[in-house]
Amino acid sequence: TGRGKACSTKVCIVGSGPAGFYTAQHLIKARPDVEVDIYERLPVPFGLVRFGVAPDHPEVKNVINTFTQTAKHSRCSFFGNVNVGKDVSVAELQEAYHAVVLSYGAEGNRSMGVPGEDLAGVYAAKDFVGWYNGLPSCRELSPDLSCETAVILGQGNVALDVARVLLSPIDFLKNTDISQPALEALAGSQVRRVLVVGRRGPTQVACTIKEFREMVKLPNTRPEMMAADFEGVTEAVKDLPRPRKRLTELMLKTALETPGEKEQERRDEASHIWGFRFFRSPVEILADPENSRTAGIRLAVNRLEGSGEGARAVLTGEVEDVTCGLVISSIGYKSLPIDPSVPFDSRKAIVPNNMGRIQQAAGLYCSGWLKTGPTGVIATTMNNSFDTARSVVEDMDSGTLDASSAKPGSQSISALLEKRGVMPVTFSDWEKIDSVETRRGEASGKPREKLLTVEEMLQEARK
Amino acid sequence: FTTRQSLRSDNKVMVHFVNRDGEKISVKGSPGDSLLDIVINEDLDFDGFGACEGTLACSTCHLIFEEETYKNLGPVTDEEMDMLDLAYGLTDTSRLGCQICLTKSMEGMVARVPESVEDIRQSQDGSS
Ligand SMILES: Cc1cc2nc3c(=O)[nH]c(=O)nc-3n(C[C@H](O)[C@H](O)[C@H](O)COP(=O)(O)OP(=O)(O)OC[C@H]3O[C@@H](n4cnc5c(N)ncnc54)[C@H](O)[C@@H]3O)c2cc1C
Ligand code: FES
Repeated sequence: TGRGKACSTKVCIVGSGPAGFYTAQHLIKARPDVEVDIYERLPVPFGLVRFGVAPDHPEVKNVINTFTQTAKHSRCSFFGNVNVGKDVSVAELQEAYHAVVLSYGAEGNRSMGVPGEDLAGVYAAKDFVGWYNGLPSCRELSPDLSCETAVILGQGNVALDVARVLLSPIDFLKNTDISQPALEALAGSQVRRVLVVGRRGPTQVACTIKEFREMVKLPNTRPEMMAADFEGVTEAVKDLPRPRKRLTELMLKTALETPGEKEQERRDEASHIWGFRFFRSPVEILADPENSRTAGIRLAVNRLEGSGEGARAVLTGEVEDVTCGLVISSIGYKSLPIDPSVPFDSRKAIVPNNMGRIQQAAGLYCSGWLKTGPTGVIATTMNNSFDTARSVVEDMDSGTLDASSAKPGSQSISALLEKRGVMPVTFSDWEKIDSVETRRGEASGKPREKLLTVEEMLQEARK
Repeated sequence: FTTRQSLRSDNKVMVHFVNRDGEKISVKGSPGDSLLDIVINEDLDFDGFGACEGTLACSTCHLIFEEETYKNLGPVTDEEMDMLDLAYGLTDTSRLGCQICLTKSMEGMVARVPESVEDIRQSQDGSS
């Protein structure tokens, strides 16, 4: 019977990003007896769709509509403001649920490990992105944008998001859901030139062509590439697989081709510059002796050993200094362990798993960036989350996952949380926050004006 | 079955989808509808299809066509190619369903939903 709570299979999901929601979606659809509870550390759902995806990419955020449908399903519940590993342990969740799926993403940060990394003017892309997207923990970043040149280390899509946000005409940003403090800071920014630096060559960049094309088309900017970096690339293009080939061709065109008249005119009028720099690794951030702020960066010059995706950067011994007042390191996110009872591979920074089944931990699964490492777009995360959900369903069907005894699910966890003074935010509480944000946004022509502190979110949720 | 056909069904165009299980589903759409519109209107159950709702930002509406059909689908923009480059199981006759609008000349065409990652992994590589 539909209401037979006692005989339902209870699944708990940790994290409400794309991985959490896509895993839930598939489970609910595949098995009519499954009930899913999603626990989320923040009072607001959607993970990096809210706090990662660039504000000028609103189309990407349409996935929120599907997530909302899932959250409102009668067999799905959302518990925000619950920090798993701290407010409740994974063992306690396993006690209360038949299966626990960890999909808490990759909230850590790879560091460059070079001297000067802690100087004023050096930021992790993760924090910079969190700042312009209104992530509460990054609210106070207030980056100093008074310099002319910014250097971004890393050539993935996140690096290009940051470059685009730094160089976008303010009119492009003012009607997005960018945080108000970031909008104001960017309006007063002096940054005119952004260099995107990579260890290896043009055929190894990690960005995708959509993001690169956006740079090429960004109004009021012109590209500044080094022809020498592209030596031999033209010859190598024909053997590349299609996605890499099209990206490389566009890079070559941007770097080497004489532009047509209209494009030349556009470039001549541009006051802002962006460029890729290849075969360079950071050695040291250089301080201004007067105020110990960032004044430049020392880069080691590399050469490549091997070719293609597996090519290795090898130091040549040569170094080069670049003057800049802002350094943003975008060399990757990384997952962190949240509970000592869960196996964790600290070298790969993922939970060791087989098709989402966490090794040596029956009933425990993972999906999303925690499962694969922090690469790929939402569609990638979607597929790997469906895969994990399929593994869970297979295990239920085969009996490997024992769902014969009744489990209390959220009932017992809610009681635990209450004892610990933790008050979860439900999905309808989130909808109150959502409507406040949307209303505030309307006043300034934005799709939403995000609340910037957890306190404020909780306050609106409890009204 | 007849309920799916409107009164003016003569204006409609028949499309055959082949889902991930190889099952053929035949539905009709109006000229001008995109293939994504048809999937939504007909409530076709292709997991995760159309995540960005037709705004050319996701590649989850990837469909594969027969060569003859592909040639008849009209021009592909750079932006569609860019998103397609991120699609799993990309082929030379792949397109994004949200970018293809039905015309009468597409009557009877077959659009195949590609296998997901896991399927591909299993069919190519049983060892690891
Ligand atoms: C800057 C940036 C921009 C991006 N832009 C795009 C784009 O334009 N298009 C695209 O397709 N993809 C984009 N991506 C990729 C996309 O965001 C990821 O593929 C996807 O978000 C990964 O999903 P996830 O659920 O694994 O992780 P996340 O989205 O990070 O979700 C994890 C969730 O778990 C929660 N959590 C963490 N710890 C705990 C805990 N202890 N207890 C409870 N909950 C916890 C977090 O608060 C978060 O809500 C971008 C990624 C980044 C970093
Ligand atoms: S629905 Fe997203 S690209 Fe077609």
